[in-house]
Amino acid sequence: MNNASTAPIIIIGNGIAGTTFARHFRKKSNHPLLLISDENESFFSRTALMYVFMGHLRWNDLEPYEDRFWADNQIGRIKGRVTEIMSTEQKIVLKDGQALPYKKLVLATGSIPRDMGLKGENSQGVFRLYHKQDLEALDRWCKGKKKSVIVGGGLIGVELAEMLRSRKMEVTYLVRESHFWANALCVEEAQLIANHLSDHQVDLRFNCTLKAIETDRNGELSGCTTQDDQHLECDTMGITIGVRPNVDFLKNAGLNIDKGVVVDEYLTTNIPHIYAIGDCAQIAHPLPHRNAIEAVWYAGRMMGETLAETLTNSPTPYRPGHWFNSAKFFDIEYQTYGEILPLPTKNEAHFLWQSPQENKSLRFAYEKDSKIFKGVSSLGLRLRHEVFDQWLEEKITMTSLLEQLEKANFDPEFSRRYEKQISAKWKEHPHQ
Amino acid sequence: MERTPASIIQNYGQSLGLLLGGCGLLGLITPALVVEQPLPWTLGFSLFLMTAGVMLYSLSLYRGRLPGIKNNDVWIHPLTSRGWAGWLLASGLTVFYILIYFYPQHLGYHPEGNTGIVGLFDPLSVTLNGKPATQWFVYGLLYTLAIVVFGVKFIMKYQGQRYQIIRTLVLMFFQLGFAFFIPELLALLHPDTPYFAKDIKNMWPLNYYFFDQWHLKNMLNGGRLGLFFFLSGLAMTFLVSPFLTYRYGKRWYCSWVCGCGALAETAGDPFRQLSSKKISVWKLERWSIHVVLVLVVLSTISVIWSFLRKASPSAIINAEQFIFGVIGLLVVMLLILLFAFKNEMRTDARFTLISLGLLLLGLLLVRGWSGENNILFFSSYSFTKWYGFFIGAIFSGVLGVGFYPLLGSRVWCRFGCPMAAILGLQQRLFSRFRITTNGGQCISCGNCSAYCEMGIDVRAYAQRGQNIVRSSCVGCGICATVCPRGVLKLENGTISNRSITPSYPLGNTIDKQ
Repeated sequence: MNNASTAPIIIIGNGIAGTTFARHFRKKSNHPLLLISDENESFFSRTALMYVFMGHLRWNDLEPYEDRFWADNQIGRIKGRVTEIMSTEQKIVLKDGQALPYKKLVLATGSIPRDMGLKGENSQGVFRLYHKQDLEALDRWCKGKKKSVIVGGGLIGVELAEMLRSRKMEVTYLVRESHFWANALCVEEAQLIANHLSDHQVDLRFNCTLKAIETDRNGELSGCTTQDDQHLECDTMGITIGVRPNVDFLKNAGLNIDKGVVVDEYLTTNIPHIYAIGDCAQIAHPLPHRNAIEAVWYAGRMMGETLAETLTNSPTPYRPGHWFNSAKFFDIEYQTYGEILPLPTKNEAHFLWQSPQENKSLRFAYEKDSKIFKGVSSLGLRLRHEVFDQWLEEKITMTSLLEQLEKANFDPEFSRRYEKQISAKWKEHPHQ
Repeated sequence: MERTPASIIQNYGQSLGLLLGGCGLLGLITPALVVEQPLPWTLGFSLFLMTAGVMLYSLSLYRGRLPGIKNNDVWIHPLTSRGWAGWLLASGLTVFYILIYFYPQHLGYHPEGNTGIVGLFDPLSVTLNGKPATQWFVYGLLYTLAIVVFGVKFIMKYQGQRYQIIRTLVLMFFQLGFAFFIPELLALLHPDTPYFAKDIKNMWPLNYYFFDQWHLKNMLNGGRLGLFFFLSGLAMTFLVSPFLTYRYGKRWYCSWVCGCGALAETAGDPFRQLSSKKISVWKLERWSIHVVLVLVVLSTISVIWSFLRKASPSAIINAEQFIFGVIGLLVVMLLILLFAFKNEMRTDARFTLISLGLLLLGLLLVRGWSGENNILFFSSYSFTKWYGFFIGAIFSGVLGVGFYPLLGSRVWCRFGCPMAAILGLQQRLFSRFRITTNGGQCISCGNCSAYCEMGIDVRAYAQRGQNIVRSSCVGCGICATVCPRGVLKLENGTISNRSITPSYPLGNTIDKQ
């Protein structure tokens, strides 16, 4: 306890949350920092794992900082797994038995993939796509493999589909819901994505879940059966039904854990000197427009930024601004700003524009009576974050927004422009 | 993570394309080396086979594919990831460059009568410009052909990307028309036209002999035409080019007009990811490009100075006025830099300052020590010769193009081109061009950095939400093209808001609290 004030600030997990925290902390304080990760020595872009598999990038290209960066900024790194937290002694214990004292402890342990609870889901040939090690194993496995099944209609599943298609494997894609990424996309957009996936020869099956996973005598995957008793032969399977906070190893530490580590608006846990940020954190009282657990890159980054302020003597509550997110489905980019639900609430209406020929669409959510703009999502069109953020802030009306829509265009120069079509469509729009 | 190298060909179309192209190449080399008098149609047939080979290869790669990023297996394919095929190609190109520059006789170039490969091109050369071929005619023709056929391949690869397609069509147009056909036709129609009027790239330092004594004399004694070329050359150098760079960034030249750029963007496109992104290489780049800049300015000014010393006393400006005029100008620039960019002294501007200081020192030395036939301690003749050797042959030829498959496609543009250096300086100091970032949406994936041919670590800016204002950026726009989240946009805006460095990327509200 005596040396606690000189002990380092230990960060468990070197993902976007932990690394962002370390970077911003270092800008304002010289206190020793120690990043611990069992996955990789350096921070890497998890969302870009697919590009290594497809050969667009090398592993090193995923690491945004050269090795010298860590030394130059005096950010210590340990490759190891934390097995225990002794909060009264302010120490953590590593797998090899080593105990390390901390002044403050930042939990940035991220997520782990959800399991289906089916027998055989951990047999050879069945994969998740989350960790570096998942990617390496999948890469080794895929040589010479031909038929795959993916379960789970979300962002990681579609990435996995693109990866496997890049190696010319057959992909059957099972989605539990009636349309693709149902908790974020509206039917029209989901249909557009589904068509695009078909163009890429992905065999998409909706309202379809897995009942059983079959293995051969060697314990290797040989096939699977769906809920409606269809048998699918396959040599590779991806289970991508979502993630949950990676908190199992913290269960005995006395922390308040619900789904994630529960934190207040300063990202502090119930135990002094311990904080949680990123995917593993569950905000006790989230802002009305945000969720308690947001397992997205951007939220992890912002929590890291915020906590760095707090731990360098300027206590700052975590108050993320307007929601935004982005994704890419094979060749179609998706962006969203503000609040736009798959089905509008009763006070809300949607306005949708779709290009007749191209894979492009733009959807707005607005308040029915006041016509105040609430959110936007786009497929195949790039939007300027800054402008939409400002419009959300100013609560402008749809009419005023559409008059100046070109300000928000972020497509490359010489791209076709659609503002006129969109405005014309708005004028015919029934709810306006 | 190590992946086994992909096989070089993926389907029959590609194999057939490679076979056709290979036959074309053999058809060009073998008959020329083996047979005294190759058949007259050999050249046409070989060029046709090479073109058809590339077309077939590209078609089988991209036909029927949906628009989108086509970088699958780039880091696995032996040609594009410094594998055996890359080394083989680099060796072949290097041998070709060494022959062209130093041993053209082995290619069959003989002023008294060509044989071999150069001899094959004689009929075409006579048709186009009225004279037998030289090794440079051969080179120019193959160079232009490469830009056109690989330009078509590029357009297929980037289908749906209008910025990329329009830019490539313009590059092909300038190469085919302005760099190849028009000069050849001018030579044919007016065989006695003075040299300066045949050379359309009339802009210093691209045309680094613009201010050389013989060139200046030719223009000044060349009547109205000469005066036109002299004045338009000055206008291009000091007015048009800085203005265009102010409006659009140096991309107006480097990735829309320039011939070196054209080859890099078309034939060199598969190798763009091989440029190094290390900070140490960025340092090397800044030293190298500024040394080239100082040398070019210094030698040009000394050449003008010695020209003026011999000019008649009635000339509008004498040598002393000229050199002190330039020194005065440089001092003013130095002071402006010191005040206007004092916050940016840690980066590019510091190099500019050092360069300017060295230039000033050099000029004073030139004034004291140079004579009619020497620049400082070197004779002007050997200076030109060595410049031609190191810069012209080794740098822009062997390293610049021969090493495409090893060092990436823009080595010359990045480390050695004086034109790019000057345009880059203008871009850094007073251009409306920048790459704007939707920094909030960046996932640090690294595609932008990996595919930047100039070795700029684009991601380092994007993930902080910082606009990219870099002297080396040629504005090819590939970073924005390959970005999976729509984070980057090339733009011309107002200068005042171009260098945005927010404390945090957009999304958080820390700075608003």
